[in-house]
Amino acid sequence: MAKRIEDLKIIGNKRLNNDFFILELSGNTKIPDFKPGQFAQVRVDGSPETFLRRPISIHDVDYEKNTFKLLIQIAGKGTKTLAELGNGDILNLIYPLGNSFSLPSENEKVLLVGGGCGIAPLLFLARYLKSNGNVPDILLGFRNSERIIEFEEYLKIGTVFITTEDGSMGEKGYVTSHSVFSTRQYNRICCCGPDTMMKAIATYCKNRNIVCEVSLENLMACGIGACLCCIIDTVKGNLCTCTDGPVFNVNDLKW
Amino acid sequence: MVNLAFSIGDLHFKNPVLTASGTFGNGSEFDDFLDVSRLGGIVLKGTTLEPREGNLYPRMAETPSGMLNAVGLQNKGIDYFEKFIYPRILNYNTNIIVNINGSYIEDYIALAERINRLEKISAIELNISCPNVKMGGMAFGTNLASAREVTREVRSVYSKKLIVKLSPNVTNIVDFARVVEEEGADSISLINTLLGMAVDVVNMKPSLSTVTGGLSGPAIKPVALRMVWQVANAVKIPVIGMGGIMSASDALEFLLAGASAVQIGTASFIDPQASVKILEGIENYLIKKGFSDLKEIVGYINRDN
Repeated sequence: MAKRIEDLKIIGNKRLNNDFFILELSGNTKIPDFKPGQFAQVRVDGSPETFLRRPISIHDVDYEKNTFKLLIQIAGKGTKTLAELGNGDILNLIYPLGNSFSLPSENEKVLLVGGGCGIAPLLFLARYLKSNGNVPDILLGFRNSERIIEFEEYLKIGTVFITTEDGSMGEKGYVTSHSVFSTRQYNRICCCGPDTMMKAIATYCKNRNIVCEVSLENLMACGIGACLCCIIDTVKGNLCTCTDGPVFNVNDLKW
Repeated sequence: MVNLAFSIGDLHFKNPVLTASGTFGNGSEFDDFLDVSRLGGIVLKGTTLEPREGNLYPRMAETPSGMLNAVGLQNKGIDYFEKFIYPRILNYNTNIIVNINGSYIEDYIALAERINRLEKISAIELNISCPNVKMGGMAFGTNLASAREVTREVRSVYSKKLIVKLSPNVTNIVDFARVVEEEGADSISLINTLLGMAVDVVNMKPSLSTVTGGLSGPAIKPVALRMVWQVANAVKIPVIGMGGIMSASDALEFLLAGASAVQIGTASFIDPQASVKILEGIENYLIKKGFSDLKEIVGYINRDN
């Protein structure tokens, strides 16, 4: 699919809590057929300190409205600037970038696991899987109940399990200790979140021969495979997270 | 009609906008965004004799108005280049230049001999200025005797156009420019990245796996421009200027200061269409100012106008 560079109009900026917001963007022409796991390189104007683009996952897509959403965590100056944008503002994007989660067969039992900002690509993935006849279970981890985001959206798609570190909602602890791993059997787990979480899930899957794909968030400059900054060490040598990923089968990673 | 052409000896370039090595992949990464054949030339990713995995992650850090990189010449080596990359660039209707690197002089010689046989490659850019490798690279470009020797040896085996890319990490860059000109370089490109570093305060460790890396982007433009101006006034061969060029206006500064052409580097990471936009901007500037030929403005500020 051809990559595009476009100025897109913001038609919504929804603040979820202190740290997260969702930008909704309207396509100029027909939006591309996104694949789950893909991302956009978002230009941040206004400060010499936000020189490079910010890679942001495609969170949700609405082909009827011809819009798509970016779920963004305020992590630094760049994302803070983006959080202040409003309806009608223009955002310059290079998109759609990267590979995607692979599509399971219909009889596979699939679990999606997301932690913090890692839940961003999983909503579109969940929707995509459901429309292809495979309703996934969804396990989401947060620090506490106040930081839970997009819960209702996920509920519309499948069974949702929650963990919070303080036990204020769902099971107490990290996603990796959730009881779903002992009570249900899965053929495939798709995961996005902090490295330690993804590595723990990867180990769990490797020990049980469960297919496991993770979405990485390496630092990147160009997003199109030119700068070779975002590399990940794999069994095939250094690969670019931006073009060979961001989704990798954990068997290819040296974890 | 404005004449945008320039030449290095008998090698003709349709316009003065090239892309810098390491920032434009092998061209095809940008096919979705622009027609590569519109450019004056492209300088391919640095190539070495043997494959190189480059440095460990993290190898990039964003800094004010720029970025540090420590990629470390990751590439698949000349065999892979000949088999898989070379066939892909044959359809570009522009000058294709290969940036070559080595740990030893013998590496540079062997590479130059191999590339001399590739018909579509019109020039090599001799990289004696990579700051991110333990051996070779910048070591050749920061020692006058080494710079002289590697240029002489490559010149003796390479029959097409030889461009030498200089390091800014020296006391007097003009000395290096003169030495490579004396040894038969057809053109000089400058500047490579400036050696720099950044510290991750949150995690209390260096931002790059290599601690130091090469700084690029608009942060280095004034330094680059000064060096290009100095070199252009010291040598007779054409100078290709680069360092933080983000716009046509930036490119024009280099041309007015004496560069015959420019390379667009880090700008392509932020706007993959930067090179063609800059090309259009230069043309519009010449029209608006009433010039019919690019040569009329090259080194303009150095003349008694």
